[in-house]
Amino acid sequence: MGAYLTRRLTYTILILLAASLLIFSLYAMTPGDFITGNIKLSPERKAELRELYGLNKPLLERYLTWMNQAFHGNFGYSLDKQQPVLTLFNQYIWNSFLLAIVSTFLTWIIAVIIGVIAAYRQYSWFDTLVMIFIFAAMSIPSFFIGLFLIKILAVDWKWLPPGGMLTTGSNATGIAYIREVVQHMTLPVIVMTLLGVGSLTRYFRSNMIDVIKQDYIRTARAKGLSERRVLFTHALRNALLPAITLVGFELPALFGGSLIIERIFNWPGIGQLYMQSFTVRDYPLLMGFTMFIAVLTVIGTLLSDILYHAADPRVKL
Amino acid sequence: MPSIQAELTGVPAAKQRAVRSSLWRQSMRKLIRNKLAIAGLVVVISMFLICFIGPLFSPYTDSKVNMSMMNRSPNIHHWLGTDKLGRDVLTRVMQAGRISLTVGIASMFLSVFIGTLLGAIAGYYRGIVDQIIMRIADLLLTIPSLPLLFIFGALLSEWKVPSDYRMYIVMLILSFVGWPSLARMIRGQLLSLREREFMQATVVLGLRDRRKLVNHLLPNLVPLLIVIATLNIGGAILSESVLSFFGLGVMPPTPTWGNMIDTANNMIDFQERPWLWVPPGFSIFITVIAINIFGDGLRDVLDPKQRK
Repeated sequence: MGAYLTRRLTYTILILLAASLLIFSLYAMTPGDFITGNIKLSPERKAELRELYGLNKPLLERYLTWMNQAFHGNFGYSLDKQQPVLTLFNQYIWNSFLLAIVSTFLTWIIAVIIGVIAAYRQYSWFDTLVMIFIFAAMSIPSFFIGLFLIKILAVDWKWLPPGGMLTTGSNATGIAYIREVVQHMTLPVIVMTLLGVGSLTRYFRSNMIDVIKQDYIRTARAKGLSERRVLFTHALRNALLPAITLVGFELPALFGGSLIIERIFNWPGIGQLYMQSFTVRDYPLLMGFTMFIAVLTVIGTLLSDILYHAADPRVKL
Repeated sequence: MPSIQAELTGVPAAKQRAVRSSLWRQSMRKLIRNKLAIAGLVVVISMFLICFIGPLFSPYTDSKVNMSMMNRSPNIHHWLGTDKLGRDVLTRVMQAGRISLTVGIASMFLSVFIGTLLGAIAGYYRGIVDQIIMRIADLLLTIPSLPLLFIFGALLSEWKVPSDYRMYIVMLILSFVGWPSLARMIRGQLLSLREREFMQATVVLGLRDRRKLVNHLLPNLVPLLIVIATLNIGGAILSESVLSFFGLGVMPPTPTWGNMIDTANNMIDFQERPWLWVPPGFSIFITVIAINIFGDGLRDVLDPKQRK
């Protein structure tokens, strides 16, 4: 385990270094920059600003500066918002996390319940219905379902607010504030849950189907245990165990926000921040965000492998 | 075992061909019995027919600007209404479908081709080639795909690619983002296949590498590939629509389902004229769900072990 971890960590760091270079070059390749796009500036002022932000230096030098700063915990300064990238992340990330944690929680609960029942009644009409629902959930274009639900639920029926996190101009505090946020997050949470629930339900359903066929389930039944006990104590636990590996893969989604959903619902999260910065080419922020997701992805994968081993010691690392 | 059976029962060589293909025939029979999958296939085929043949029957294909017919809601002449230039929305949805479906299928072929080629090379030759290919795949998989797509989309606009050619570049972009996970899957499959007894037999027979790979390993991958390819079309159609929706994929005047939904970014069109953006959205949804259901049915038949 120790040797494995050392090897794995070294590889992780190497991959992240390579990723940082790739991310930097990709954004360097992206046409336009923050200063060129601003028509209010005179050419002299533009040159001055380029000098100031170091945009006229050779690429490699800029990359090395960026990396050097990053290792000192400084991910640069957002040109558009005029704040350090990390401060901005800290401001926006928790809004994203709020959406993500609630919808992830709902997704898992719904997926486990529906998956288990569908597996238990495999090939029943309920199961067929679930399968169709799963395919539907997996095939929805996320931006379209978002727009469609806003149109129906918010614009036509006026049940829920169409977007944002608070009503414009609202200065509610305390309970009223919480109520307002909950109202505003309902729609995005519904959409995110809908988008995620399909594949997860399918996963639990097939896990449960495999487990029900095992000999120890037959043994449990032969012992005369009640069906409920067999299902929930003996089968469900074993069906849930492999899902522990999925926890790691949820990591980027939990903290990385959702570019599309936050954009559609105008939610002040980190994904929305990214989309705004992309239009004005705020490179420090764009690079910081992409690198942040890359780090989360790599850590998530590592976490999954370790958890997998912890859950099932038969799995060799 | 059909060939051994054939030898034992003394069936003449001419008939062996029929016997060999019986696995396929069996699979087909199993597939036809799966009603849901067949329904999916029927929907996909109808979607293709509607999009490719439908416009031929439409009197509005010239997409001429017709000022007197602007923004009409659905009526007897224009079943899905007209857009801000007076064009028939139904005709445009069908024309957009041609592009979206073509992009989906073409980028599927491309990413399956690249993924299979690189995955097979990595899995078969191992060693340094394997290391290089898989490390590149790892690297590309760490970078989130949406920002990657956005960057390429922005590049596309910068190069001033003519609207007609943009769809070809969008295909390239989608397959570039799609190949790493495919290559990884193919490689894993190959690694397990190459340890099987039939591969030892090819070593005993002294076959050349190319023959081992092309005649013995790849045919075993075909069922898996068919399944992956089918499911991949749906994913590619979705990605294209996201890219075009954000104005970074295929751009108007070339219509695609994604860039038609882009009209929803306009507040008045979004609130007052849902016929402009709801039909393309449902077209995407119906097509992708049908492809996914059919692909899943195919997987049940061709590749029962991979069931998830």
